[in-house]
Amino acid sequence: MAGKTFTYAPAPESRAVVTLEPSYGLFVDGSFVDPVDGGVFATVNPADEQVLAQVSAAGARDVDRAVSAARAAYDGVWSRMPGAERGKYLFRIARILQERSRELAVLETLDNGKPIRESRDVDVPLAAAHFFYHAGWADKLEYAGLGPNPGPVGVVGQVIPWNFPLLMLAWKVAPALACGNTVVLKPAETTPLSALVFADICRQADLPAGVVNILTGAGETGRLVVEHPGIDKVAFTGSTEVGRQIARAVAGTGKRLTLELGGKGANIVFDDAPVDQAVEGIVNGIFFNQGHVCCAGSRLLVQESVADDVVDRLKRRLTTLRLGDPLDKNTDIGAINSAEQLARVRALADAGDEEGADRWSAPCALPDRGFWFPPTVFTGVSQAHRIAREEIFGPVLSVLTFRTPEEAVEKANNTPYGLSAGVWTEKGSRILSMAARLRAGVVWANTFNRFDPASPFGGYKESGYGREGGRHGLEAYLATEASA
Amino acid sequence: MLADATTSQAALRRFLHGLPGVDQVGADARAAALATRSIKTDAKAFALDLAIRMVDLTTLEGADTPGKVRALCAKARRPDPADPSAPPVAAVCVYDDLVEVARAALGSSGVKVAAVATAFPSGRALLDVKLAETRDAVRAGADEVDMVIDRGAFLSGRYLEVLEEVRAVKQACGSVHLKVILETGELQTYDNVRRASWLAMMAGADFIKTSTGKISPAATLPVTLVMLEAVRDFRDATGRQVGVKAAGGIRAAKDALRYLVVVNETVGDDWLDPDWFRLGASSLLNDLLMQRTKLATGRYSGPDYFTLD
Repeated sequence: MAGKTFTYAPAPESRAVVTLEPSYGLFVDGSFVDPVDGGVFATVNPADEQVLAQVSAAGARDVDRAVSAARAAYDGVWSRMPGAERGKYLFRIARILQERSRELAVLETLDNGKPIRESRDVDVPLAAAHFFYHAGWADKLEYAGLGPNPGPVGVVGQVIPWNFPLLMLAWKVAPALACGNTVVLKPAETTPLSALVFADICRQADLPAGVVNILTGAGETGRLVVEHPGIDKVAFTGSTEVGRQIARAVAGTGKRLTLELGGKGANIVFDDAPVDQAVEGIVNGIFFNQGHVCCAGSRLLVQESVADDVVDRLKRRLTTLRLGDPLDKNTDIGAINSAEQLARVRALADAGDEEGADRWSAPCALPDRGFWFPPTVFTGVSQAHRIAREEIFGPVLSVLTFRTPEEAVEKANNTPYGLSAGVWTEKGSRILSMAARLRAGVVWANTFNRFDPASPFGGYKESGYGREGGRHGLEAYLATEASA
Repeated sequence: MLADATTSQAALRRFLHGLPGVDQVGADARAAALATRSIKTDAKAFALDLAIRMVDLTTLEGADTPGKVRALCAKARRPDPADPSAPPVAAVCVYDDLVEVARAALGSSGVKVAAVATAFPSGRALLDVKLAETRDAVRAGADEVDMVIDRGAFLSGRYLEVLEEVRAVKQACGSVHLKVILETGELQTYDNVRRASWLAMMAGADFIKTSTGKISPAATLPVTLVMLEAVRDFRDATGRQVGVKAAGGIRAAKDALRYLVVVNETVGDDWLDPDWFRLGASSLLNDLLMQRTKLATGRYSGPDYFTLD
């Protein structure tokens, strides 16, 4: 028998389920068109730096076209359609997402670098779930408790990030359509491919032309969409910096705006926590999707009396994480999404060294090509360190300690952000008292990074405003007599 | 530290209830995540053979006869008559009155004889009876004794009683390996599983075992995960390594591989050995053999190509 070590043989998912076109146009008014005044750019696989396809960059006139198409579809068909009919389209889209789930999972992994395990088990099923959930709301908006005679807002401009390309699209598109709005959506420039397949799914579902328009491009295209006078509402998920620019651009225009921005979530472990599950929760909190999660639990606050034990267990656990080919079904940690993001993660990790924190990285071999960063834990971190304050958006955890619940709350809230927090304790009353005092949009108890379409998501302070998902998420896409 | 914990009922209770809790949702989720590992080609071949070497081939029926036990022993020594490269299993597990038959049938094959004792499966008998049964099994030549804990005593909080009983049985075993069956299906909560695991180890168990196979649910992946975490923590605390046996309800090779993945990613190489991890099963072996043949030949053969017992 060869050796004693149980080494998993490669188990790659097949790429054959995905047919990549050499180049993609823009999806406007129900069909793919070449850009009028835009250019083209390449999208690469971050795991091996291979070019996957050429994608169009929409210019000003392309944005005009898309907004006009969305307006025509809004006035002519979609806003007048009974909710029950809209619901049928959403159900149909949800079912097609499920039918094409394998193709979408592989495509998402190729374009984003995330492990197939996550795109297959999390991203795609949740995206379908969002359409199913909102399909159910489409004919029940009267009963959402948001005011009398709820109706759509108009044409919605949506700009989404690269960390969960298809899922963020679903978070944006499903409620907008359910409420009777039409959409111009710009996916992130590094991860446009699943949105383009989604465009094809809209055609497959016979969605009326112009209801969903997808404009690929970089930040400039996003700015054109946001600033276009024909847009009634803007929804953005991404960095706090870009969120600020958008808020400035939209100010005074009468456009509605929701922002889902950065975070520096505190994951608080008390001395009576279920320790092995807490370690899993820490791993899930910061190393899920390579830490490319705005609500990641990137600050571990652990009670001093158990800090050494928790950190030892965490390090032991991290040695079993499997980093590598994202298409391998046993991979836990995939590639960093882009060279720029890798540079940012490296720079912030180096700042941690310079500030005197202790860096520890899981001993895993990094592939030669592609953008990679090993799961990393900084101990000896204090509130004054940059790595405790700035969002790293990568697989880097900062460990801080506390002695009393009071101190834990103070430290957790001492951040410009307020998107998420986690509390680990066996004591139910403590969970409730902590949840009431933590300034975070989501507080997870004895778990982390769990999502459900019925559960609203959003932030405090520099993490943005507005909620997505659940009954609350409908509010941003509905005009009621109360809000008019 | 552990010596102090066993001085009184109150001290033992304080210690066991001071162990970190187990969040059931989290433990189930972790086990479910590990169950999605994809084990292919070389890794599968390695794991199938390892699983075969870890099997405690078991017959624990009232209807057992010497003939049936002899047949089982023949199977244990040479699981696949058509393919001598298939390794022998770890042990044959029988009632204590059949130990001599198994001992004689296994000879010097290296396959161990495990005997269930202590009023298996209920454990409801006087201590003297349990000890007599244990000594009987040892005298008959058992290499390993599988005892059951008194779940009634455990569930009513009489931890010291359970501890002393395990200690007494361990003493009666002498150098013979003692596997302590927790019957986790009756303990129900994962907190109970972790406490019972520590209790058995503190009392001197060489192995902790999930189930008798007579109660449903028998072995489950999350319960085995919790027990593996317990033996890992126990070794960290005391330096002594204790084995784990998942028994009952494991019928498919696919399930066996999932157990090996959980062992691999929870406690690692040190436990990936028949000396430290066992699968108690009767019908699992044939599926392991069938998958083994499939891997070698690329084709499935029917159940009739493998021996019945």
